[in-house]
Amino acid sequence: MTEPLLRVSRLVKEFPARGSLLRKSKQVVQAVSDVSFDLHRGETLSIVGESGCGKSTTARCVMQILPPTSGSVQFDGQELTELPDEDLRRLRRRFQMVFQDPQASLNPRMTVRQILSEPLAVHDADPATIRPRVDELMQLVQLRAADLDRYAHQFSGGQRQRIGIARAIALSPDMIALDEPVSALDVSIQAEIIRLLEGLRDELGLAYLFIAHDLSVVRHLSDRVAVMYLGKIVESGTNEDVYEHSAHPYTQALLAAAPIPDPILERQRSRIIIEGEVPSPLDPPSGCRFRTRCWKATQRCADEEPPLTDPGVGHLVACHHPEEVNVVQRPVSDQKEHS
Amino acid sequence: MSEPLLELSDLHVKFPTPSGAIHAVRGLDLTVHAGEVVGIVGESGSGKSVSMLSVLGLHGPAAEVSGSVTFRGRELIGAPASELRHLRGGRIGMIFQDPMTSLNPALTVGRQLSEAVIVHQKGSKRAAGERAIDLLDMVSMPNPTARLRSYPHELSGGMRQRVMIAMAMANDPDLLIADEPTTALDVTTQAQILDVLGRIRSERNLAIAIITHDLGVVAGIADTVNVMYAGRIVERGAVEDVFYRHEHPYTSGLLACLPRLDSRSELLPIGGAPPALDALPLGCAFQDRCRHVTSACTEADVQLAPVGATESACVNAPIAVGVR
Repeated sequence: MTEPLLRVSRLVKEFPARGSLLRKSKQVVQAVSDVSFDLHRGETLSIVGESGCGKSTTARCVMQILPPTSGSVQFDGQELTELPDEDLRRLRRRFQMVFQDPQASLNPRMTVRQILSEPLAVHDADPATIRPRVDELMQLVQLRAADLDRYAHQFSGGQRQRIGIARAIALSPDMIALDEPVSALDVSIQAEIIRLLEGLRDELGLAYLFIAHDLSVVRHLSDRVAVMYLGKIVESGTNEDVYEHSAHPYTQALLAAAPIPDPILERQRSRIIIEGEVPSPLDPPSGCRFRTRCWKATQRCADEEPPLTDPGVGHLVACHHPEEVNVVQRPVSDQKEHS
Repeated sequence: MSEPLLELSDLHVKFPTPSGAIHAVRGLDLTVHAGEVVGIVGESGSGKSVSMLSVLGLHGPAAEVSGSVTFRGRELIGAPASELRHLRGGRIGMIFQDPMTSLNPALTVGRQLSEAVIVHQKGSKRAAGERAIDLLDMVSMPNPTARLRSYPHELSGGMRQRVMIAMAMANDPDLLIADEPTTALDVTTQAQILDVLGRIRSERNLAIAIITHDLGVVAGIADTVNVMYAGRIVERGAVEDVFYRHEHPYTSGLLACLPRLDSRSELLPIGGAPPALDALPLGCAFQDRCRHVTSACTEADVQLAPVGATESACVNAPIAVGVR
């Protein structure tokens, strides 16, 4: 296989925990805990998980928006964490980011033309090329060039996200990290943005690092999927591996919980209602972090952390008791004694 | 069928603005029978929340409400504030999307639950305290006795929503209005809350009006479904009929643009955007986005009428859009 475009190895990000008013805390929260993955050219890898699992922090560390505590982020063979600022700035044109809330990530005092020209100017584009490139970008994201002199607030949410995407592709990057790019949008608008992202990926050969909590959107858009829980990847593999042959109990619980807009199927599916809440990242459980909510947990799960290993080809699972199940379509009659 | 528990007829809600009135709800007819789970789905601005808020007189002073809302035969539009107050949290419980803004941050869970009991049922503080424990138990709150002393900020989002449900159930209502009750929650917590709602519903023959943008949630819990668009119901019917045998192009568009957990089939966006509610076109509000539009769609208002398995507001129905 060719060298990956992005190789993330043993990434760790710690934040100091907030202490009380009178006493500073020396505790740290490990938001990302030993995360490794590869992303190949033209590929879409999604990181999926619930609030606080560390998926957004992972993306921010990869993009060098947040400095990782330790670990390595290699982009096209270059180690980003050790790169001098100026070199990093120059390399940034090749990896860009799109955020959830285009309202908050677009400068309200700038026209769309200014927003889209800025990255080009910053990266020393020939001034004569900026205007035609901006027109081209508007075309790529299916906005009208006539709207270039309007401000972000004059657009709808979906159109604003198109502007955010146009800005991200302005410098013809190889990779874009997308942090929940469609979760603030109504479904009919969401579908258009998903299709736009798919089209741009195919047309421009982009690799996407897609961060999302919506399992249905991830199913639709991804080549490969990594599932995170409490700062760790618990399972990763191809789209089919994760959605049709999930082996980690947490992945299975997530998939079983996500509703399907199909009343007969939805009412026939087995439910796995996991009890309780995600434990505090300040004091994660020993061994497997999911064991406090897992119906398969044994003493071994408390004593020994299950490593992320590969029982099949490229389908990695961090569990002492993995068992492949298709939970998406499994009817209730197949349900085991748990739930 | 028996007398409906809740009946909305020709409900209109307008918000006057300097540049003209925003017509958020435009002639809504809706019934909820005892023990029935009614789903109200639609995208932002479709009027799904504001229509149910006006049932309870919670539409805010700026809104102009007309039409009729009856609950167990009593007219609520224009009813005295005291009567509505008695109803809210009494015969009709409510839960909202964000439990943090619905709970009082300065009072313990126990105090807020007891208050909900005492306001409606009188009785002693001690009895109310015991009732509070029972209520938390009913919503499967772990360790309910200890939780009485917690403040809302000490609880997770899922636990706060359990407290809200417990409070809404304090006086054993006939109807629960649930406005996007799981939208702010993670998917495994959403499953827990839907499980609690489903269980309470079957134990107590509770009717639920659930407002949501999530068709998956509706598919799992609702008996009947109302699809709203631009302030009106465009289609309604039994849940399976609306999902599998719908007639309205908007319903079919909505389902076709949804990514699904169980397939990777192509998404077909509807295209365009809903019309502004202060500048609605004559005729069908969906006409600009509809693939089946004809001149008849632009000439006159369309009423909900039985077509095939569902009721749908489309002059061109049946167009066999929903048969699968």
